[in-house]
Amino acid sequence: MYSFEPSEEQKMLIDAINRYAVNDLRRKAHDADEEYGYPKEVIDKGWELGVLQASIPETYGGFGEHSVLTGVLAAEEMAYGDFAGTLAVLTPALFALPILACGSEEQKQSYLPPIAEGEWQPFTAACIEPYFDFDLLEMRTTAEQKNGSYLLRGEKTYVPFANEASKMIVYANLEGKTQGFIVERDAPGITIGERQKTMGINALPIYKVSLQDVLVPAEQRLGGPEGHDPTPILASMHLAMAAMAVGVSRAAFEYSRDYAKEREVFGVKVAQKQAIAFMLAEMATEIEAIRLLTWEAAWMVDNQKAEASKQAYLAYIGAMDMAMMVTDRAVQILGGHGYIREHPVELWMRNGRGFAVLTGLGMI
Amino acid sequence: MIEFEMPKPIAQQSYVLQTVAENMMRPVSRYFDEHEHEIPWDYINFMHMAMKATGAGSLAPPEEKKKEGEEAEKKEKRPPIGYQMLAFMLEMLSWGDVGIYLCTPGGGLGAAAVEAAGTPEQKQKFLARFREEKPVFAAMAMTEPHCGSDTSAIRTTAVLDKNTNEWVLNGEKIFVTAGQKSLEESNGFVVVWATIDPSAGRAGMRSFVVEAGTPGVKVTKLEHKLGIRASDTASIVLQDARVPFENILGSPEIQPDTSKGFKGAMATFDATRPLVSATGVGVARATLELVKELLAKQGIEIRYGHPRSKLTNIEREIIDMEVMLRSAWLLVIKAVWMADNRKPNPLEASMAKLRAGDIVTKITQRALELMGPIGYSRDYLLEKWFRDAKITDIYEGTGQINRLVVARNILGYSGRELR
Ligand SMILES: Cc1cc2nc3c(=O)[nH]c(=O)nc-3n(C[C@H](O)[C@H](O)[C@H](O)COP(=O)(O)OP(=O)(O)OC[C@H]3O[C@@H](n4cnc5c(N)ncnc54)[C@H](O)[C@@H]3O)c2cc1C
Ligand SMILES: Cc1cc2nc3c(=O)[nH]c(=O)nc-3n(C[C@H](O)[C@H](O)[C@H](O)COP(=O)(O)OP(=O)(O)OC[C@H]3O[C@@H](n4cnc5c(N)ncnc54)[C@H](O)[C@@H]3O)c2cc1C
Repeated sequence: MYSFEPSEEQKMLIDAINRYAVNDLRRKAHDADEEYGYPKEVIDKGWELGVLQASIPETYGGFGEHSVLTGVLAAEEMAYGDFAGTLAVLTPALFALPILACGSEEQKQSYLPPIAEGEWQPFTAACIEPYFDFDLLEMRTTAEQKNGSYLLRGEKTYVPFANEASKMIVYANLEGKTQGFIVERDAPGITIGERQKTMGINALPIYKVSLQDVLVPAEQRLGGPEGHDPTPILASMHLAMAAMAVGVSRAAFEYSRDYAKEREVFGVKVAQKQAIAFMLAEMATEIEAIRLLTWEAAWMVDNQKAEASKQAYLAYIGAMDMAMMVTDRAVQILGGHGYIREHPVELWMRNGRGFAVLTGLGMI
Repeated sequence: MIEFEMPKPIAQQSYVLQTVAENMMRPVSRYFDEHEHEIPWDYINFMHMAMKATGAGSLAPPEEKKKEGEEAEKKEKRPPIGYQMLAFMLEMLSWGDVGIYLCTPGGGLGAAAVEAAGTPEQKQKFLARFREEKPVFAAMAMTEPHCGSDTSAIRTTAVLDKNTNEWVLNGEKIFVTAGQKSLEESNGFVVVWATIDPSAGRAGMRSFVVEAGTPGVKVTKLEHKLGIRASDTASIVLQDARVPFENILGSPEIQPDTSKGFKGAMATFDATRPLVSATGVGVARATLELVKELLAKQGIEIRYGHPRSKLTNIEREIIDMEVMLRSAWLLVIKAVWMADNRKPNPLEASMAKLRAGDIVTKITQRALELMGPIGYSRDYLLEKWFRDAKITDIYEGTGQINRLVVARNILGYSGRELR
């Protein structure tokens, strides 16, 4: 059957997240962007919503089952408040979800309960690399087998909370295949660089991480000595970005729609001009279309459909274009005021471009 | 719960219809494109037989039989999927050939209008003919030479002759899909929109069933078109055409502050817009599949999962097309799902239509660029699909009209506030 109605449980979750997104994230997003971070209480409050905890089964300290579809709904709603804030709240998922999806039983037993049962702690992952053609499927960071262990070498960038994190997953190229490794932040050979500044997501602290012959025991390879299939991780990364892009786009669309209904030009409301009204109609349509594509891909992942990872990629590609189109237009609809940082649309536009480059910073 | 599993009956139907598309439509696609105004009787007769046997295919889904008490329970078990079945059917037949699909007997938009606005007696009287021995057609005539998008400006009049209790219709309709087949090639009818009170504006608009053989009704012209050439697009002149009083759909009274007649027409669109979108999506899917097949023959494989900056232009184009096609199709499914579940869907219906209009033209146009001399050549159907696809953005409300509908919905504006 086809159905487009979230379950009662999902609706309750979305509701709770929506209140947090609007009252906490959105309200503080501007200052957090200017001051390079959210107050700890805001992140803690987001963590207490339990989005990640509800994805982890009871046996590992959580209170639910992992559903990518529910994750997509949650991520969209939180990003409706703020993208950087959402990435910050969900940073521990970058460490927990790969272990949940691909980890060995031992890895799950030892790493998941402290995360699921504890307060927000900066477990993280090092994925993105500082090259224009960075590719999740063809990484430059390498893993080399040596005496039953692995040696990691390479440069990572945009690693959230790397300075505070005790552990991280490092993705590397092992004989042509992307593989995860569970690495102690203090392992010899790891250097955490300076905090990085980018065009957007200023509220998320991100760092360079350099790996020089970092020795990782075989049992710390994600999935154990045999490794893992990277596909579910990539799909989750793509869908996290797609869902958050939908959330940010919705925010930008609604804000510019409401502004256009207030502002007068030439004796009518801006929204009464077809040039603006049609832009808004296209924005709304685009958002709805890509949202459905994202939902379908998430449903396919949950139901182990054959083309799920391809569909997740398509949703991501569609979402990245949607986010740029919608956030750009939102600025345009506000005219000169859209360009001024008092209004949130310019921040959304800066973040909107981020979806094309930040895959790996979110998982659901 | 959110779900995307194709229901079994739809999967079975698609399997059968794909065979029809491959065997009865594709082989004659080119022929009927090059022989405009010839009627594809083989397809029509086959579909008539098949639809009579299975009961499938009327644009209006069969009425659900309600029995007291039983209803709630039944609904729980089996959600209605009538419109979803139709959307999938139209998509697949249009994947075969949208021009030929438009010749499918069974009543089309005309029957849909009767189904939407008719009394049980009217439905009995006008719809029974589709189950007869020979294929029968019906059409819907709104557009006039001076107005199309602005439907409230129609000038065709209907005046009640109290002596004979007949409506007397005068006016000219153009661009009537299947007008010729409905009036001259079968015992069909045309649902004609007219005003019963030109001073009342929208409130005066009504539709009338005008049957084949009605004196004073004449097909005066068949258009020569860019595409969908297998489908006849007729001009119809009504000159003192008399139809019985009971052929009016909806109330003969004018209630000054309502625009019920007009709203009736618009409500039909909420059902038919996603279905027309489905036909466009069928053409675009055919195009994309053929392009991928031709590329594969040359050993070109599309890689997924990589950043776009690393892909070839061909890969980027194909991936973009896949995004456009699938997301538009999901909008269609959502809109018909809402119709099936009796949720009001004017916003979603117009979103589906405007997106479909956009993407099917883009996909077919870009496909021709990508395929170069092969795409432009009549050796393949790509150039035909380019021509066929364009109509998706024009009829059942142009792209602009559907943008207006969406914009008014999201802004909470009336037609006066946003024209
Ligand atoms: C950095 C910066 C520097 C500037 N420098 C100067 C300066 O030195 N001197 C100065 O005088 N001004 C200056 N401006 C102001 C600038 O010229 C205006 O912001 C611009 O003309 C748009 O006006 P507005 O912001 O009031 O937008 P509005 O007029 O409110 O427009 C809002 C939206 O409605 C659209 N719109 C408006 N009218 C119509 C219409 N009839 N049909 C369709 N769409 C319409 C607009 O395109 C826009 O998308 C500056 C602005 C900025 C941001
Ligand atoms: C092959 C074919 C089959 C058809 N079948 C049928 C049928 O079966 N029954 C039937 O009744 N009609 C049918 N039509 C007619 C079709 O619905 C109309 O052509 C369509 O609604 C557009 O009307 P128009 O051609 O008069 O264009 P116009 O209304 O004159 O529009 C011209 C342009 O102006 C734009 N426009 C109009 N109003 C606005 C506005 N308010 N804001 C912004 N832009 C606007 C339009 O989008 C269009 O781009 C058919 C047409 C074709 C070509």
